[in-house]
Amino acid sequence: MRPIATTRSAAGIQTGLLAVWWVLASEIVIFGGLLGSYIMYRLAHDAWAVQAANTNIWIGAFNTFVLLTSSLTAVLAHQAAEQGDGKLAAKRLYYTCIGAATFIAVKSFEWTTEISHGMTISSNTFWSFYYTAAGLHALHVIAGAILMLFVAADAKKGRELHRVELIGIYWHFVDIVWIFLFPLLYIAK
Amino acid sequence: MSDHAAHAQAHPPVNYIRIWQILLALLVVSVLGPFLGIKIVTLITAFGIAVVKAYLVAKNFMHINMQPRFVVYILGTTLVFMLLFFAGAAPDVMKHSGDNWQKPYREPMPAASAHH
Repeated sequence: MRPIATTRSAAGIQTGLLAVWWVLASEIVIFGGLLGSYIMYRLAHDAWAVQAANTNIWIGAFNTFVLLTSSLTAVLAHQAAEQGDGKLAAKRLYYTCIGAATFIAVKSFEWTTEISHGMTISSNTFWSFYYTAAGLHALHVIAGAILMLFVAADAKKGRELHRVELIGIYWHFVDIVWIFLFPLLYIAK
Repeated sequence: MSDHAAHAQAHPPVNYIRIWQILLALLVVSVLGPFLGIKIVTLITAFGIAVVKAYLVAKNFMHINMQPRFVVYILGTTLVFMLLFFAGAAPDVMKHSGDNWQKPYREPMPAASAHH
């Protein structure tokens, strides 16, 4: 028996797809509130520019490249799923997971460097925002990658291919959040 | 016709590689823009391009324009709430005084410790 989220479409779209959009709506409020607060404080406190100068723009740019590329593989997985090719969709989702792992590895290196230089979450308000925003985003990357592994395992067997689109939409949202975090944390100095 | 085949018909063909190339080109511009040292150029290349990149991802990768209109309304409503939050909280955070109130706290100027 197929899950109800696959078969029911009372709102004109699959219930599973509707659920993903509701999740993203709540995520907009979460990240929007966080980034909105960051912008307020950043504009009000010139001293933050001194701290922001310590973030490494090249690391941020590389991770942006990684996430944009992982979004490409995610949408190509969706395309393969629409054509009914579960194996190809799974393969492309695995590529997306490699992108997620790369992103987290780079972030780990970056944070290790910064913390070893004395810039910790309790150093001052800028670093509190920095680690909270980037950390919350990194948690979303990890959660998305784990879910993607499950979706890919099913897709490889040709099952539940509609979920490839659902996890893809979530992944693109994570990408969009980073698109805004990058200039806020790494470029505005 | 299967669900997936029907769904595929709903999405017009998009050259995803081309969109990705455009996104990378915009990334390069947003990184190089601040090196000119002109504040307005930095703002445009950093934040203006971020908005364009987000639009390209939402339209071409998330296919948000292919969703029912109410989906856009749901997402738009959350964005409006975000702006309401900003408008309500910003005066308290960004101003140091107003009618019959003062905020004595000042963010301390930390010592520079650039290591990159």
